[in-house]
Amino acid sequence: MSLNRMVIAAAAAAAMTAFLWGCKPKTTAVTVAAPVTGTVRVCYIPKNTGNPYFDAVNNGFTQASSALHFKYTEQAPATADATDQIPIIQQQVQDGVNVIAISPNSPEALDPAIRAAEQHGVRVITIDADLTGSEQLRSACVLPTDFNKLGASQIELIGSLMGYTGDFAILSATTDAPNQNAWIAGMKVALKLPKYAGMHLVEIAYGNDDPQKSLLEAQSLMTKYPHLKGILSPTTVGIAAAAQAVETGGAAGKVQVTGLGTPNQMRRFVLDGTVKKFALWDPAQMGYTAGYLAYGLARGTIHPAAGVSFTAGTEGIRVFGTNNVISNGPLMVFNKSNIGQYHF
Amino acid sequence: MKLKGIRWSHQFTLLLLIAVAFLVSVHMSRHFLDPAYLLTATTNFVETGLMALAMTFVILLGEIDLSVASNLALTAALSGVLWAHFGWPLPVACMVGLVVSAVAGLANGLLVTRLKLPSLTVTLGSMALLRGAAQVLIGNQSITGFPDWFAGVDQRVVGPFPAITLLLLVAAVAWWAVLTRTIRGRMTQATGANRAAARLSGISVEAITVRVFMVSGLMAGFCGLIMMSRVGAARWDMAQGRELDVITAVVLGGTDIAGGEASIPGTMLALILIAVMRTGMGLAEINPETQHVAVGILLAASIAIPNLLRMRNGQKAQPAK
Amino acid sequence: MQAFGDLLRKLVRSRESGVLAFLLLAFAVAAVLAPRFYSLQNLRNLLLDTPLVVTVGMGMTAVIVCRQIDLSVGSIVAVSGMVVGELYRAHPGLPTPVAMAAGVAVGVLLGMGNALLVTYLKVPSIITTLGTMSIYRGLAFVIGHGNQINPNDLPARLVSLSITSPIGVPFLALFALLIFVATHIFLSRSRWGRAVYATGGNPDAARLSGLSTNGIIAGSFITCGALAGLAGIMYASRFGFVNPAQTGTGFELQVIAATVIGGTQVTGGSGTAVGTLLGCILLAAIVNILTVAHLSGRWQLAAYGAIILVAIVADSAGRRQRVTVAA
Repeated sequence: MSLNRMVIAAAAAAAMTAFLWGCKPKTTAVTVAAPVTGTVRVCYIPKNTGNPYFDAVNNGFTQASSALHFKYTEQAPATADATDQIPIIQQQVQDGVNVIAISPNSPEALDPAIRAAEQHGVRVITIDADLTGSEQLRSACVLPTDFNKLGASQIELIGSLMGYTGDFAILSATTDAPNQNAWIAGMKVALKLPKYAGMHLVEIAYGNDDPQKSLLEAQSLMTKYPHLKGILSPTTVGIAAAAQAVETGGAAGKVQVTGLGTPNQMRRFVLDGTVKKFALWDPAQMGYTAGYLAYGLARGTIHPAAGVSFTAGTEGIRVFGTNNVISNGPLMVFNKSNIGQYHF
Repeated sequence: MKLKGIRWSHQFTLLLLIAVAFLVSVHMSRHFLDPAYLLTATTNFVETGLMALAMTFVILLGEIDLSVASNLALTAALSGVLWAHFGWPLPVACMVGLVVSAVAGLANGLLVTRLKLPSLTVTLGSMALLRGAAQVLIGNQSITGFPDWFAGVDQRVVGPFPAITLLLLVAAVAWWAVLTRTIRGRMTQATGANRAAARLSGISVEAITVRVFMVSGLMAGFCGLIMMSRVGAARWDMAQGRELDVITAVVLGGTDIAGGEASIPGTMLALILIAVMRTGMGLAEINPETQHVAVGILLAASIAIPNLLRMRNGQKAQPAK
Repeated sequence: MQAFGDLLRKLVRSRESGVLAFLLLAFAVAAVLAPRFYSLQNLRNLLLDTPLVVTVGMGMTAVIVCRQIDLSVGSIVAVSGMVVGELYRAHPGLPTPVAMAAGVAVGVLLGMGNALLVTYLKVPSIITTLGTMSIYRGLAFVIGHGNQINPNDLPARLVSLSITSPIGVPFLALFALLIFVATHIFLSRSRWGRAVYATGGNPDAARLSGLSTNGIIAGSFITCGALAGLAGIMYASRFGFVNPAQTGTGFELQVIAATVIGGTQVTGGSGTAVGTLLGCILLAAIVNILTVAHLSGRWQLAAYGAIILVAIVADSAGRRQRVTVAA
């Protein structure tokens, strides 16, 4: 390319850029969300489609909607990609929903879309994960359980399975998943207690919540640490992959697997003895609570603030904490004797 | 002349399909027919459209570039990291990102021309390498908190029109003019139509191929900056799988995947068709899997049905290449 | 000694020498970076990580040798897995061979869809399979109404295929080995195999010499579909679940990458089953080494890309050298 042409190309590019970033932002008239008097419409946007965990949340929402008679829909992106949730938010706003409940794939990438939704008078609540750092953008957040206590209870779970001695590893989702990291930090604090002095955390592996990668990581943990006594995986994809790896590796009984999982995914491993016990909250209950919260927000009967409480149908009283976060319920521990009662 | 007739009819078919998709969307959702919303919705398709313009040239040459979406992610990740972690001024960081995106495109072009490697395999490799490089740079973090002057480029308007949508239209006209009105464009067309003949008539086939790949890379990088501004974040997994949407738009627009024939208006019409279908189906709460299926059927049918009709008329179908 | 020298010379000159060299290099690097790579358990892991890619890679080799491509294999794996899972849900006692036959049948049907579009309707294979990739993926959602097949829905005897067999090696690896041997014999020894190379190398000449090129192309797509269908049930066995969104996503690129690294030319007419097998092992080994060497998360994808590029560049350089030697 001759110098001349390069100058022309550069000038064209510069003009294009100047034009784009030189234009004025559009001014949007801000609509304040007024209490809805007609039928309340709520939409739930999970992280991705075909995910049993979010199917359970969806069931809870459906229950709440039939109890309170609001119109409820679920719209799931095909992949757990933050940008895939943006058009769905825009479409729901255009469709005139009153409340959007969302499990954000990446908090930051959704900020502009959520801000625009609020400006159109649509209330936004987050479920299962929060918009960390931009909490002011959403009305309230329903987290499944008290995240501050989760790390310690997970350590107790794996500790009791390993007899409180020996090597164990953590199989997490991604290196930067905010929930996972907060829980792991809690686990590390708990490990300093004298009770757990005999336990040694050898590695934190990351399976990216991808079944294949999680399986490879679980396999390689057992390869790298021949004396490994336990794998603790606080993510539903990871724990199922770890159980599968232990089962196919013929290490059942030698390597204990526990963490957070759904009963439907873990049932076979619990019944055949590969996994003795694991924990989770009830995701359907969380959806149910979120349904009551969404309805109350739309009707103007719930005004979130720290210390304020409301009744979530048959589940009882829920209280807002700091940043309008609700910690929904206790952790449940599933084992051979009770897993038959749970179907999610 | 006959070829031209076919191309015209293809664009006419696309126009008809757009009209049908539009009417069906209006019928399915009473919220569809809202100019303000439709204009906002166009901003979601600008990156795909810009990359499709560049891809039209790549496919015209009988080549393919699978690395565009990865190049987009790398440019965003690199610019973001230079700005956030190394404290470079944002404009400088963005310039460096653009240069790298062009160099990546150049590398694709050189591997294809100098080493005579098929572009399918070269860009399959660079698709993994560039996205992998983005992941090495920022891991699973998001880079956010861009200054106000940079963020929200999709919110900028000229009158009622989003600026980036206008930019796409201007770029399409420019691309069309280059392809049909300049010597360089004609040379590109000639190269795509018959490489050997083009070389014999003195056209530097290699230089054109390298340039087309470089422009494809640069365009992907520019889209990386747009997307970074639009969603207010840079991530390694941005626009994953978007290369398939881009190729779909180009092929649906009537550009022959084997090279030799390309239509910029076709590409734009195909993009509009996909945008109307996606937006309409989304508003009607049809789930994304079904939207993918509809676009997939459309893509296969757009070539199968004309072939079938041609066979019915006793003509020979264009052979699969 | 003379025989050994000949063998060595033949090996160095063969098309597969490049990928073999890379494989040896990878093993050498592993010895330094991650000695644990050589533990018995890890080699067994490797034996479990390759069968899926090898199985579908054999079909892909035939397709690419025919100068075509199949991007829909990942979606076929998902559809087949979902069908088999639903069958098990309805009939928990289903014998394994029947389930496998069902998976293969699904693959054959979907492969026939591709074949029909490519050969009869003359839609170029890259467009056909780009379209069917989306269509078949949608089908996977329809079959299970968007729900995944949980470990609980799959019988233990299916999972046991990934654990062992009467001779100690997991059944999954035996299937893949069998398919490799069959493909190798078919491509290199049979009349039909030569017809596949002829079709890809010079379609016009092949047609003029009386070969049914359409039939051969259709056959390669159906075979590739059938093998992807088999891989669907292998996936269910290996991972213990099938998810309509996750199962097989991105798998087509792994398979194509392994095939291409193994020396198969996307321009058609050349490629071998042995090369593809080595390509599959190389990719699996690299992922495995990176994981064992604690370099898993961030570096894997970049390493993958670099390997693909280096391998194809080296292959093209090697090819030119061979041409020079021959001339």
